Amino acid sequence: MIIEILRIFLRFVVLITIQVLLLNNVQLGGIINPFLYVMFLLTLPIQVPRLLLLLIGLVTGLSVDIFQNTMGKHASACLVLCFFRPTWLKMIAPRDGYETDAVPGIRKFGLRWFAAYSIVLIILHHFILFYIELFRFSEFFTTFLRVILSSIVTLLLIIITQYLITKPADRNVI
Amino acid sequence: MRLLFLLLWRNNFTLLFVILQSFCIFLLVQNNKFQHASVLNATNDGVAKVMEGVSYVTDYIHLRDNNLILANENSTLRNALKSSQFINDSTAVTIRDTISKQLYSYTTAKVINNSVSMRNNYLTLNKGSLDGIQPRNGVITASGVIGTVQQVSDHYCTVMSLLHTKSKLSAKLKKSNFFGSLVWDGENPREVLLKEIDKTVPVQKGDTVVTTGFSKRFPENVMIGVVSEAQLNPGSNFHSIKVRLSTRFDNLSYVYIVQNLMRDEQQALEDSTLSTNEE
Repeated sequence: MIIEILRIFLRFVVLITIQVLLLNNVQLGGIINPFLYVMFLLTLPIQVPRLLLLLIGLVTGLSVDIFQNTMGKHASACLVLCFFRPTWLKMIAPRDGYETDAVPGIRKFGLRWFAAYSIVLIILHHFILFYIELFRFSEFFTTFLRVILSSIVTLLLIIITQYLITKPADRNVI
Repeated sequence: MRLLFLLLWRNNFTLLFVILQSFCIFLLVQNNKFQHASVLNATNDGVAKVMEGVSYVTDYIHLRDNNLILANENSTLRNALKSSQFINDSTAVTIRDTISKQLYSYTTAKVINNSVSMRNNYLTLNKGSLDGIQPRNGVITASGVIGTVQQVSDHYCTVMSLLHTKSKLSAKLKKSNFFGSLVWDGENPREVLLKEIDKTVPVQKGDTVVTTGFSKRFPENVMIGVVSEAQLNPGSNFHSIKVRLSTRFDNLSYVYIVQNLMRDEQQALEDSTLSTNEE
């Protein structure tokens, strides 16, 4: 249990570091910003209490915000993600439910399930993120294109990372 | 109340989400210039619109009070104006002369009200009984006759203008000394009619018309105007003479009030003569 929490905390630190030091400087084609740190929220254990999940989301978002100097932007998007995650997990639950200590992962649930699970929450997160950044109704469709393209890139990054950090035996390296 | 708390506790997840999200929006608006400006602009626009509507209504409600305040302020300012002070800038000129006895005394007065456009025109002057002005004093300017003082208060007097349908003045042709009476027909403020000039009297356009001095109001030979049109109507014993006034009545500013110092004496003598002969 303690080791699991430490592992989650380590994952948090590593993902946030990669995000703020590396990925925040990446802008593909001028419109695509990948946000890999979302993976941290996606791969929290399913049994995490919902209220705690909200707080974790807030802290995660604020951590990125502090480095990007955009207070509240990522926090708001992460909160929305965390708010809908339990509902979405329930909707796509396997027929016999989740195991008590299950962690959403590509090795355990398969690529299709993980992609479906991730893309909805990622689009939700990116949607809130980009429109809060926009904060007006002009350029609505341009921003929507950014949301979709960035979501796809983020999903690809997350899937690649998942394959990199997990072993086929379903044990997270970090 | 208990139900409310129960409801809130049941939805503690949503409640926490809403609270945290509000916190995030607060942070966002507080710390990001663009979002801050957007929210401020939006609220300012909205608030300004509402306030504009409110003030449109309240302005109308307070219109009456505001009008009163403005009117009071106007009158205060007007009172403070120099032009509203009573300026006694001239005194009556009376020459003390031991050889020739003074007959007429002149007082300068300012025209403070004037009209030429009515059928009966009056002027108001800023000299009154305190300056020795009496009813039936004559009023002239350097260029001609104006009218007769009608009523007198302490500081003011009203003058029946020559341009009054009831004004009547004896006038004469300067060249031939024949006299008639001067009346106004109420039409042209620059022309009066000279009547009762006999048809045997030669009258030409350009002849000068002056006062006679019979009326005890004006000295003799004060300019009135020049003949602008003289006609002899068939069947009439008199000329029909139009006199162009030498004074423009519509731009008067200073006039002289003429006092005949011996009018009472002359009048009394004439009255007693009339009454003696008609007994």
